[in-house]
Amino acid sequence: MARKITYQQAINEAIDQEMARDENIVLMGEDVVGGSGSDGEMDAWGGVLGVTKGLYGKYGDRIMDTPISESGFVGAAVGAAASGLRPICELMFIDFMGVCFDQIFNQAAKFRYMFGGKAETPVVIRTMYGAGFRAAAQHSQCLYPLFTHIPGLKVVLPSSPYDVKGLLIQAIRDNDPVIFCEHKVLYTLEGDVPEESYTIPFGEANIVREGDDVTIVAFGRMVQQAMKAAATLAKEGISCEVIDPRTTSPLDEDSILESVENTGRLVVVDEASPRCGMAADISALVARKGFSSLKAPIEVVTPPHTPVPFNGKLEDLYVPNPDKIAAAVRATAGYKA
Amino acid sequence: MSNPLIVPITMPKWGLSMQEGKVVEWLAEEGAQLKLGDQVLDIETEKIANTFEALDAGVLRRIVAQPDEVLPIGALLGVLAPVEVSDAEVDEFITEFQKNYVPPAPAEEGAGDGYQFVEAGDYKLRYSKLGEGERVVILLHGFGGDAAGWLFNQAPLAANATVYALDLPGHGQSSKTLQDSSVQHLAATVVAFMDALEIAKAELVGHSLGGAIALQAAVDHPNRVSALALIGSAGLGAEINAGYINGFIAAESRKEIKPLLEQLVANADLINRTLINDILQFKRIDGVTEALTAIAKGFQDGAGQTVNLRAHLDGLDIPIKVIWGSKDAIIPASHASGLPAKVSVTVLDGFGHLVQLEAAAEVNKLLA
Repeated sequence: MARKITYQQAINEAIDQEMARDENIVLMGEDVVGGSGSDGEMDAWGGVLGVTKGLYGKYGDRIMDTPISESGFVGAAVGAAASGLRPICELMFIDFMGVCFDQIFNQAAKFRYMFGGKAETPVVIRTMYGAGFRAAAQHSQCLYPLFTHIPGLKVVLPSSPYDVKGLLIQAIRDNDPVIFCEHKVLYTLEGDVPEESYTIPFGEANIVREGDDVTIVAFGRMVQQAMKAAATLAKEGISCEVIDPRTTSPLDEDSILESVENTGRLVVVDEASPRCGMAADISALVARKGFSSLKAPIEVVTPPHTPVPFNGKLEDLYVPNPDKIAAAVRATAGYKA
Repeated sequence: MSNPLIVPITMPKWGLSMQEGKVVEWLAEEGAQLKLGDQVLDIETEKIANTFEALDAGVLRRIVAQPDEVLPIGALLGVLAPVEVSDAEVDEFITEFQKNYVPPAPAEEGAGDGYQFVEAGDYKLRYSKLGEGERVVILLHGFGGDAAGWLFNQAPLAANATVYALDLPGHGQSSKTLQDSSVQHLAATVVAFMDALEIAKAELVGHSLGGAIALQAAVDHPNRVSALALIGSAGLGAEINAGYINGFIAAESRKEIKPLLEQLVANADLINRTLINDILQFKRIDGVTEALTAIAKGFQDGAGQTVNLRAHLDGLDIPIKVIWGSKDAIIPASHASGLPAKVSVTVLDGFGHLVQLEAAAEVNKLLA
């Protein structure tokens, strides 16, 4: 598996291979074709960061630019999914989801339940999330806990080029609505990615690093940060196990609980706001089902409960970083009852 | 000129991607008398943690690399020499070695991982080639394996031979769509691989299913195979652990596959996170489940093996070695008994199905 491509290229390749495999797959969203709307590939931007560039030339009408009306085109995608197509719908920034909550929460997520299990909604809603682009409070949020809260949705947070391709193909082939959250800072991350198509099952955590002293559960971009912290801590003699759940719904509870059973210590790292987020959720899980394994209080590393700051220095302070993660690990590793 | 009785122990190269390794712990003390295959030290790489076994007999005169040191391949770890060699000579050897040692240049970005592809028969096959010798050896992995599984064997064998390791169809990064999944077809594919690379004749070393394929190739194409080494081989008896085969095909998660893989070895520590991840990554590729299902049907039927080539051994006029781990839980070591007298049989005590991994030094010596 020697070929290295970026996270962004891996997304493009997954969509390309799936669209070639199944003609019921369509791609729609703001600027997913882009440019002036002519049929040439040259001026088709392929989205605001060029993730879907090159696909318009291959698949033409199966790739549709939509008006800047999220409630309209997300509703259209959900309806198309319910009536036979398999749409991949791109909602540029997760921050804009608010205007189409009804289509997602109350329609897509509920169809299977409301229609006696007879309706399927195979729609993938791809969206960018996360801070780090100096894009301020309305373009930097991590709103995936909101979707994790809703039964009927599957929520995916790929953390590497290998994972993003396999999880996106899985999402496209899944018969339920999937919220597919791509961290914008990860787009340029390079990694080994097989050229062939492959799938990664939902609800299977990745043990990114094995260790015995402290379990770190990290989501999305935070997996990279946790790995940096773990490398530093290894030199201090603290062995960390880093777990990337990959999907927040379904959640691989067993892998987390088994790891804490071995280490007795837990640090949860999440870039989402601390209240009612993944850090709180995982902490509650382990406190409830893994209490007897714990040797120290659970530590969480999250941003403060504030909007993402625009000022660069403040934004850097806001996002959890390897130093903060290492400090939390040292606190739990050094805890004396 | 240093004393030829002095032998360096150096950082091994386990697998094509290995650049450096970490000394975890010495298992032998200075002054210990080592024989071939004795455990010397534990080494950890990005991919695998394993015990380094003595490649030569001798007294461990000096431990040079200390635990936790990370060293490039070929770096000096320790020194073997008989007791009659003086300490001064050992010291001189170490000084000389360190002065002349040049770490290998790190792989350049985009230089690839050492694998190549070739079109052979109906397939695109991935392979790696090491060494330059006139002797040509082709390594054939078993069911569900790939070329990388020979990481402890390919480089040592390449010291005096040209050694190829390939991914069989349906495996590794070779084509996943099979025209035919019979052992005969797979054997013909190996010969097609030889044709494509203009290899007139080669020694075939096959593990498990790869052993049956190697043997079938020798039977069907006798002028292309100069010798056989069959390791924990299929095709020599009826019994096989069908639960393993079916479980391997069906397993989708780390939790399902780990206990299965642990059946492959006597020492379950070898089955680490990286190995499990590599196998899951392979199994997730489109077409792999179908290919494995077809290949499994080509040599067993869920009750036992359906390809028995034992009777052909008598008719083959080439050197044949059979190697087995006594604790093989997939294909029993009893299949190594009752073979024709001309077959050289070695059963290595205390090792499992992946004996070439668990007892690499002994197996390499037998294959050398």
